[in-house]
Amino acid sequence: MTEAILELKSINVFYGAIHALRNVSLHVNAGEVVTLIGANGAGKTTTLATICGLLRARSGEVRYAGQDISSAQTHRLVESGLVMAPEGRGIFPNLTVEENLRIGAYARKDKPAVASDLAHAYDIFPRLAERKRQKGGTLSGGEQQMLSIARALMSAPKLLLLDEPSLGLAPLIVQTIFETIDRVNEKGVTILLVEQNANIALKHSHRAYVIESGCIEIEGASTELRSDPRVRAAYLGET
Amino acid sequence: MLELLATAEPGGTSLAQALLQQVANGIAKGSVYALIAVGYTMVYGVLQLINFAHGEVYMLGAYFSYYPAKWMGYTTDPEDPTFVPAKVPLYVVGFLFVCSMACCAFLGMLIERFAYRPLRNSSRLAALITAIGVSLLLQNGGIMLFKADPRGFPTLIEQSSVDLGLVALTNTKIIIVVVAAVMMTGLHLFVQKTRPGAAMRACSFDMRTARLMGVNVDGTIGLTFAIGSIMAAVAGVLVAMDQPTIDPLMGLMAGLKAFVAAVLGGIGSIPGAALGGLLLGVTESVVGTFSTTYAEAVAFVLLILVLLVKPSGLLGKSGREKV
Repeated sequence: MTEAILELKSINVFYGAIHALRNVSLHVNAGEVVTLIGANGAGKTTTLATICGLLRARSGEVRYAGQDISSAQTHRLVESGLVMAPEGRGIFPNLTVEENLRIGAYARKDKPAVASDLAHAYDIFPRLAERKRQKGGTLSGGEQQMLSIARALMSAPKLLLLDEPSLGLAPLIVQTIFETIDRVNEKGVTILLVEQNANIALKHSHRAYVIESGCIEIEGASTELRSDPRVRAAYLGET
Repeated sequence: MLELLATAEPGGTSLAQALLQQVANGIAKGSVYALIAVGYTMVYGVLQLINFAHGEVYMLGAYFSYYPAKWMGYTTDPEDPTFVPAKVPLYVVGFLFVCSMACCAFLGMLIERFAYRPLRNSSRLAALITAIGVSLLLQNGGIMLFKADPRGFPTLIEQSSVDLGLVALTNTKIIIVVVAAVMMTGLHLFVQKTRPGAAMRACSFDMRTARLMGVNVDGTIGLTFAIGSIMAAVAGVLVAMDQPTIDPLMGLMAGLKAFVAAVLGGIGSIPGAALGGLLLGVTESVVGTFSTTYAEAVAFVLLILVLLVKPSGLLGKSGREKV
């Protein structure tokens, strides 16, 4: 096995009395696209929030790049390349596209690289270049999702966490978003992708975990999971 | 009214002139409101919290320069018959301002750290009640420590009247207006142009996303309190210099008015705080020309009218943009 950039060891997370994550263990190897699929409320977003320090695990350990980050502050993690594009995109509606992108580079001190990354982001997302003076709030859902990913890329991530990038988007747009995710991965960014849309997530990932009621139920290579009868029945809409 | 006309500066005693004079006085008064109001508006912008203790930070700003001045031998203790107003060197005046600003910045961060941060995830009502509690604590703590009687503030700058053509203002009032204008402009540029300013704006839009962009949210909130408190400290010293008495309850009414100014201008907006402050100060002064009794009442009526027409305040945006 190659080196894991991210490793969760028996994580338990609670919301008050609710046991949201039960002994969740998973790992992401450098260079991979790993997807975490599951139904609404299964604990997908909770897992991501715990990884990036928005929530704290009551027990267990989160390791990133060989270090225990279970109690690290979110902004420190962003500085070390662990970046999340949140669910619902989190676009600043009253800032222009370009200002949104620049905020993505907030944690970085290498100014010249930021400028070239901005050009690069416009390269990957030509639509954003067309609209760089437009306010974030005026973009369509798909464009906002692109902006959210592009903004996360501006933080120069080593590991990018994507929370439901297909949420609320038309199938054609979802296709474009996932093609972009492939391209981002080809550039060397490791990706942990959380999705309800299991079909497309499994097509665009190397490995996958299925989470149900806070427990990891199935794991394996994405191609295998696509033919797994349990996955087909529960998540791919086949009987 | 008659007295007012009689005391009006030479060169005209018409009603128009008197009103103009009151507008000038109102601008000075409003500048103070504006300086305090930014503290309310910035904290609200980031935390959606009305920091009711902010008026007390202003009050303490005055005391934080009174005591160092006293220890250095500059007093206007009326009980001391041998007292001769000493000329305070300019660098001492500067030192007193900086001292007060530093102490208030520290105090503001302290209040945030120990009173508000533990409640960040509780209901807004809990934080609001805490704010009122901190306010009462500081007021009564002030009465206990400084005694309730007003104290004469040392004459930092010898007051004199400056003829500005149509109106005349004391030099201290002119200093108030100039300092407030410089500080408000500086603050606006800071928020719009600098990296910490961008962090403050990001936090005010969406704290969770700001965190994900690598913004140190706790640090940014602390900074917001520090800056608001610095502005209040400056207001405190300026007013103390102009009055020139200070007392532990001076923050009560000034804080309330500044809060009204912040809401009037659109809470969350820094230019709004400036506009609201000036508008309130001028209205109060102009109405005061006719009736001092109703001056404050009219200010609040103005607030109600503005909020009826535009609930988000004059420059407030109904959307999410704050700070």
